[in-house]
Amino acid sequence: MSHNNENILEIEDLGVSFDGFKAVDGFNFYLARNHIHVIIGPNGAGKTTVLDLICGKTNATSGSIKFHGKEMRGKREYRIVRAGIGRKFQNPSIYENLTVFENLELSHPTGRGVLGCLLFRRTAEILNQCNSVAEQIGLSDRLDTEAGILSHGQKQWLEIGMLLMQNPEVIMLDEPVAGMSVRERTATAELIRRIAKNRSVIVIEHDMEFVREIADRVTVMHLGKILSEGSMDKVSQDPKVIDVYIGH
Amino acid sequence: MQTLFRSLFKSRAEAIAFGIFILFIFVIFPLTMPIFRLNLVGKYLTYGFVGVGLVLLWGRCGVLSLGQGVFFGLGGYCMAMFLKLEASDPVTTAIQSTPGIPDFMDWNQLTELPWFWEPFKSLPFTIFAIFIVPGIIAFFIGWALFRRRVGGVYFSIITQAIALIFSLGIDGNQGYTGGRNGITDLRTLLGWDIRSDNAQFILYFVSATLLVLVAFSAKYIINTRLGRVLVAIRDREDRVRFSGYDVAMVRSFIFAFAAMVSGLGGAMFVLQVGFMSPSIVGIVPSIEMVIFTAVGGRLSVLGAIVGCLLVNYGKTTFSEDFPNLWLYLMGGTFIAVVMFFPNGLAGLADKIPMLKPYASKWLNRNKQEPAKAPNTPSSNPVSDEP
Repeated sequence: MSHNNENILEIEDLGVSFDGFKAVDGFNFYLARNHIHVIIGPNGAGKTTVLDLICGKTNATSGSIKFHGKEMRGKREYRIVRAGIGRKFQNPSIYENLTVFENLELSHPTGRGVLGCLLFRRTAEILNQCNSVAEQIGLSDRLDTEAGILSHGQKQWLEIGMLLMQNPEVIMLDEPVAGMSVRERTATAELIRRIAKNRSVIVIEHDMEFVREIADRVTVMHLGKILSEGSMDKVSQDPKVIDVYIGH
Repeated sequence: MQTLFRSLFKSRAEAIAFGIFILFIFVIFPLTMPIFRLNLVGKYLTYGFVGVGLVLLWGRCGVLSLGQGVFFGLGGYCMAMFLKLEASDPVTTAIQSTPGIPDFMDWNQLTELPWFWEPFKSLPFTIFAIFIVPGIIAFFIGWALFRRRVGGVYFSIITQAIALIFSLGIDGNQGYTGGRNGITDLRTLLGWDIRSDNAQFILYFVSATLLVLVAFSAKYIINTRLGRVLVAIRDREDRVRFSGYDVAMVRSFIFAFAAMVSGLGGAMFVLQVGFMSPSIVGIVPSIEMVIFTAVGGRLSVLGAIVGCLLVNYGKTTFSEDFPNLWLYLMGGTFIAVVMFFPNGLAGLADKIPMLKPYASKWLNRNKQEPAKAPNTPSSNPVSDEP
């Protein structure tokens, strides 16, 4: 039991194959509470596929994904989200035709059923939460802006903000700083540090500087398998890792 | 009152447009048109019910159904069955070999009323069925398809196939459905002669009132969170799923809602036109209804209704004079809408305020231009990434 309390997400022997090609194979992964766990690896290593498997976008062919000890594998996406696992996509995935405020409000967990949507009312509590999240992601003064005209970095932040509205226990971020300026990167690193105070975060990232800055733990993937795992220092000195990834 | 107003209209202009529409259908049309023309308008308005459903389903939720005629037809057939049973009492049908059943059944050697006709002897059941039959059927079709992530073109093709199956099914079962001729010779509703001018006048108002109520309920939905979720599903289906919504459920609900209001439209159609036949439920009418909606504006509830009125008015006047040209004209209109003004007439109306600066610029073109302000760099410091 103590094991369960420590790890919020336990993934064992996870695998998926597409027409015989094993994109992810024998993947074991333990996500500790309030940790930032970064997955790195060369292109095609299966990093994004792992996130797809956890969030239910792709169905695994083997293994188990236990969240609070409960099996998540095979559940539909919205059920996994409602259980408390949120996901940010690689390309900013926001509602471009809605305002920043509406984007955040739509992500609030009250009234997600059809009836709930019809009866949904904007309460002071929801309003407050939207405002406080907007402040965290630095978009307080853009609440009435249509999301489509935000800059790339702001869109990325908005999507993180939408996840925060859902208040999940596990947040998965797929390349959150891709295409960001140095300043935006620093701000994002701070943001991720802050949100990881009371939740666990899985991050996929290429930028080694950034990884060093945020990671509590690093998993290196290669060809669908785990190559190495541990602290950033340990991993970056692993000869296998240097050989396939960092050395290039 | 204020909150109700706000939950229906987003802007004053929208409310004014709706007011003008209500003025036209409740005052101007009834005062200026002979009953024959008014009855035609009433018939066009019943397509408006389908149009409103399509605005939610297609315009807002991004699911194009080419089979809305099916639901219009289901509602219409429910109504027609009730009226037909009332018109087939044993006294009037005494000459048949089996008196008391609809005439077409008698012609097809049926000797008793089929079981599924029995409940339609009751008006409350019929009214219930007008909503529930299309609603349930649409919900299950929607559930089966949306659950499996069938969308886009595939959904359109399947619904079109359903429209074909439905009209052929009615066509091929003459004894049970009246076949190709449909259910005709409908006379009274609870003893009230629906063919008289007086009844037609009243039915027009009933139909118009119901349409306005349906339009309001659609606008209400659009302005709730559900309305925003619909747009979100249209634009970013995946994100909605990962915001924790059951996309298949939302879509099925909207499909069922659209089907229910279409069914109501079909029932009002039967009451005003006096018959129902497979030619009104098949592929062609289903696509026509999409065209009405597209021309009027698939994003706008009012636009879709006005589209139904205008295109049908055009159809009636043009096809009286140039019956061969009409189809080409309608096809051409549809292509023009898709290519040049995808949001239809309502989309054009929305653009009017945007033309204001151009208009004033044009009016002031002879006046001297003020000295230009020095160009300030507009680049956002945050987005300086190449």
